[in-house]
Amino acid sequence: MLQCHKLRKTFSGFVAANDVSLAVEQNSITAVIGPNGAGKSTLFNLITGHVYPDSGRVVLNGRDITGAPPHRICAMGIGRSFQRTNIFPKLTVFENIQAGFIAHSGKGLNMWSVSERQHRDETWQLIEHLALHDIAGAIAGEISHGAQKQVELGIVLAGRPRMLLLDEPTAGMSAQETHESIELLARIAEEQELTLLFTEHDMDVVFSIADKIAVLHQGSIIATGSPDEVRRNDEVRRVYLGGTTQ
Amino acid sequence: MKDASLPKRIPWTLALFLIAALIPALGSRYYTFLATDIVIFAMFATSLNLLLGVAGLVPFGHAAYFGIGAYVCAIFMKDLSIPFLLAWLFGGIAGGLFAGFFGFFCVRLTSVYFSMLTMAFAQIVWAICFKWNDVTGGEQGYPNVPMPSMAWLDWIPWIGDLKIDHKLFYLTLILSALSIAAMHRIVKSPFGRMLTTIRDNAERAQFIGTNVRLYQLIVFALAGGFAGLAGGLFGIFNRGVFPDFCYWPKSAEVLIMTILGGIHHFWGPSLGAAILILLNQYIVSYTEFWPFVLGIVLLVLLFASPGGVAGALAALIRLGRSLLGVRA
Repeated sequence: MLQCHKLRKTFSGFVAANDVSLAVEQNSITAVIGPNGAGKSTLFNLITGHVYPDSGRVVLNGRDITGAPPHRICAMGIGRSFQRTNIFPKLTVFENIQAGFIAHSGKGLNMWSVSERQHRDETWQLIEHLALHDIAGAIAGEISHGAQKQVELGIVLAGRPRMLLLDEPTAGMSAQETHESIELLARIAEEQELTLLFTEHDMDVVFSIADKIAVLHQGSIIATGSPDEVRRNDEVRRVYLGGTTQ
Repeated sequence: MKDASLPKRIPWTLALFLIAALIPALGSRYYTFLATDIVIFAMFATSLNLLLGVAGLVPFGHAAYFGIGAYVCAIFMKDLSIPFLLAWLFGGIAGGLFAGFFGFFCVRLTSVYFSMLTMAFAQIVWAICFKWNDVTGGEQGYPNVPMPSMAWLDWIPWIGDLKIDHKLFYLTLILSALSIAAMHRIVKSPFGRMLTTIRDNAERAQFIGTNVRLYQLIVFALAGGFAGLAGGLFGIFNRGVFPDFCYWPKSAEVLIMTILGGIHHFWGPSLGAAILILLNQYIVSYTEFWPFVLGIVLLVLLFASPGGVAGALAALIRLGRSLLGVRA
């Protein structure tokens, strides 16, 4: 579904992505792991049009989308969340998620309808799905961190993406929240036939739901494969897993 | 909850409109003069707030479009003998077109760079109006703008017998109310909602599929258009159009009104326009140091209530409700 061909990006001499190639198959769950600064977020930013690559290509369903602006890539069905929660902090939870629906429906340039009446049922449905109904009227910037992550997921899902890019979806969550939110993610991915690409620091999470794992180290992919293959890979053990599992 | 408060609000707006419509009945040309001034600036400040409060853009050159609207409306009426209503609409369209053209460059910048560029374009407009003697009258201004025909008001029993100033007030009130209603509709529309998401978090807005620059450009042009409509009315009310309509102090004045009234409430800018104009009138009659007093008023207000007067009023109403134990 998505192919990255030799993506390269340097920031004033620092190589954040060093000829990264990665293929993500339809309806699969792919995890990108690696230590801090390995280039995981840069890779996501390259795919979603947030930063331009110095060289390389991003191909989505056979279409070259390299360098397309974020809003267009979003419209092609890639939704993303950010490592640092990225929501509309002064709007209510309901308005946040409703905005996702309005943007996706293309009604954003409609100046004559009443925005409050748009997509009410769908928004409520999604809010209940994400267990946010008790705080639907709260200002999103004032709710708990875990709930904000759920709101962001809601905003993204409202855009009816075919593929979801999640940057550390459980960062800052408690063990309990992490568990619940990953279960929810896996369920939603299956229900809506989503392709999932995510980064995660919690190895239990990664090895429990990923079909495929890519390991980034200093801007390069040093291994890709099934969880078992990656677990057995010597280089991965040396630079990464060894340090965290002992 | 919000749905329940909506019907509650409509009579309020209507009541305000009706009270305003009674002002000529006081029989004082001075009050009518002040009311006309306030209504025009309420519209001008509300147009600015489409950018400031709704879209989160801070323009320092909004007067440019006010001036353009004023000149176009006046020149079309006097030199081209186009009927007022058409000339007025052309003034708005001209304001919108110029804002669209300048905005194309401005929305490519953010924060203070955006503000400076809007000011630079406004100064260009001012310089042209100041020097282009053949068309704008240059430094001397463009005087003797004709009054619109008010014959259509004559059939109304009481209003028909009023002096022209009072009739002009009614014309201004109706056109401003329609314009403000249109802006209200825009703010509450899906487009308005998308603008608030951009104001809140432009990055996230991009990643839900919003073309942020396009939206900013459209609202910049719209705000310029409504400023142009306000300018057209002001040129007639003022019986002349002068380069200082587009000069930067005019941009600052409307910015102050908007912030004073409160940018987070739709009626804040209108309230700010009323307060600033009335304060100006009353303080000037006591002291020539009017800007000094204004400075102190602004300082106190902005420290006490960053949400402006409207923000303070809303907080008071909430407080009152909670004291009375009334549920909203």
